Amino acid sequence: MLNFFASRTGIIVVGAVIGILAPLLQYMGNPPNMGICVACMERDIAGAIGLHRADVVQYIRPEIIGFVLGSFFISLIAREQKPRGGSSPMIRFSLGIFAMIGALVFLGCPWRALLRLAGGDGNAILGLAGLSAGIIIGVLFLKGGYSLGRSYSQKPASAWVFPVFMAGLFLLLLFRVQFFEGGPVFFSQKGPGSMHAPIFISISAGLIVGALAQRSRFCTMGAIRDVVLIRDFHLISGVGAFLAAAFAVNMILGQFHPGFENQPIAHTDHVWNFLGMTLAGLAFVLAGGCPGRQLFLAGEGDMDAGIFAIGMIVGAGLAHNFAIASSPKGVAAFGPAAVIMGLVFCLVVGFTMRETMSA
Amino acid sequence: MKRIDARGLSCPQPVVLTQKELKEEFNVLDVIVDNDVSKENILRLVKKNRMTAELREEGDDIVIIIEK
Repeated sequence: MLNFFASRTGIIVVGAVIGILAPLLQYMGNPPNMGICVACMERDIAGAIGLHRADVVQYIRPEIIGFVLGSFFISLIAREQKPRGGSSPMIRFSLGIFAMIGALVFLGCPWRALLRLAGGDGNAILGLAGLSAGIIIGVLFLKGGYSLGRSYSQKPASAWVFPVFMAGLFLLLLFRVQFFEGGPVFFSQKGPGSMHAPIFISISAGLIVGALAQRSRFCTMGAIRDVVLIRDFHLISGVGAFLAAAFAVNMILGQFHPGFENQPIAHTDHVWNFLGMTLAGLAFVLAGGCPGRQLFLAGEGDMDAGIFAIGMIVGAGLAHNFAIASSPKGVAAFGPAAVIMGLVFCLVVGFTMRETMSA
Repeated sequence: MKRIDARGLSCPQPVVLTQKELKEEFNVLDVIVDNDVSKENILRLVKKNRMTAELREEGDDIVIIIEK
C-alpha cells in the first residue's frame, strides 16, 4: 500500500499543514509562540493532574491527546497498529525525564523552538543550536554501536493502554472533574495554563496532526539527525516546510516580533538555553524520536515510546517541584545542576548501551 | 549472501546497520524488517546509494534484497 505522506512531497505538505495549524492555535488562544509545544503541553497536563503545583501551568492540553489518538486511529486504518515493547523501558523512562528537564530549562521542545524562531524569538537560535549539538553527540554514539535493544511483539490489548489513558484525560477535561475543592483536576486561572484555544479546535488540530505525522513519520529530531548521520534531507524538508509555513502565517496574523528581550515565555540565558536543549537533543536521539514522534509512535502501539512520554510527564512534575524548570525571569535554582546530571546520565547510557551487531 | 536481521529495531538502527554493510563488498545483501517505516527508510538509503532493491514478503516480515 503506497503511502503518499511518506514521500518527499508528502512530508513537505504535512510540515506545511502543521506549520499553518500551530500559529492558528496560538491565534485562537494558545500561549504566544506556543501553538504546539509537546514538552510544555505535557507539563501542563502534569500540572492539571497534580503532579506539580505551579498554578500558572495547569491544563489538560487536548493537542497532546489528539496527537496520540490521531495516530492511533490512522494507524488502525492503515494497518500499522503494531503492539510492541520491551526495549530497555527503564532507560527510556529516565531519558524521558531528562529530556523534559532539558526542554523546560530552555522553555520548549524542538517544535516550540521552531515556532519561537518563526515568531521572531532570537533565543530560539541558541536552543536550536544546542539541540543540534546534542543530536551530534547522539549520532556519535549511534555510530559507535549504541542500541537499547530490540522490541518484541506484544498482545493487542497492551497497545490500548496509553490511548485509553489519553482518552480518559480528555474526559477529565471535558467534564472539568474535581476530586477535591480547587483540584485536581487543576485549571490555571492565570498564566500560560489559562491560555488555550477552544477545546474542540485543539482536539481537532491535534487529531489532524497526529494522523498526518504518523503517516509521514514527521520527526523534528530525526530531521537534524539524518543530515548528520546519513546526509539524508528527507525529514528536514518537512521541518523546513513547517518553519516556513509558521513564519508566513505569523507574518499574516501579526504574530512576528523579532528580538531577544521580553520574548513571550522565554528567557535570555544563552548558556542554559543552549545546554538545556543539548540535553534534550541527546536524550531524543538516544530514545529514537523527538517528543512528538514518541507520541505518534505510542498511538501506533509502541510501548517503548509510550513509556518515554510518561517519563516526560513525570519529569515535568519533578522539574516544577524541584525548582528545575525555568521561567521568563531565567533559570531556576536547580535547573543547571539538573541539566548537568542529565548530560552525565545520557553519556553513561550512550557509552554503556551497546549491542554487538550481528548479521 | 549477507543477511541483516533488523526486526524489532527502531529508527535509525536498521539504516545504521545497513549503511555499514553497504560500504563493504557484497553481491546481495538481505535486510529483514518487520515494519513499513524501516522498509521506507532503507529503500531511501538504497536509492541514495544508487543501488537496487527488491522486496519479498516472509510471513509478517519484509525482506529487502539489495544489489549493487
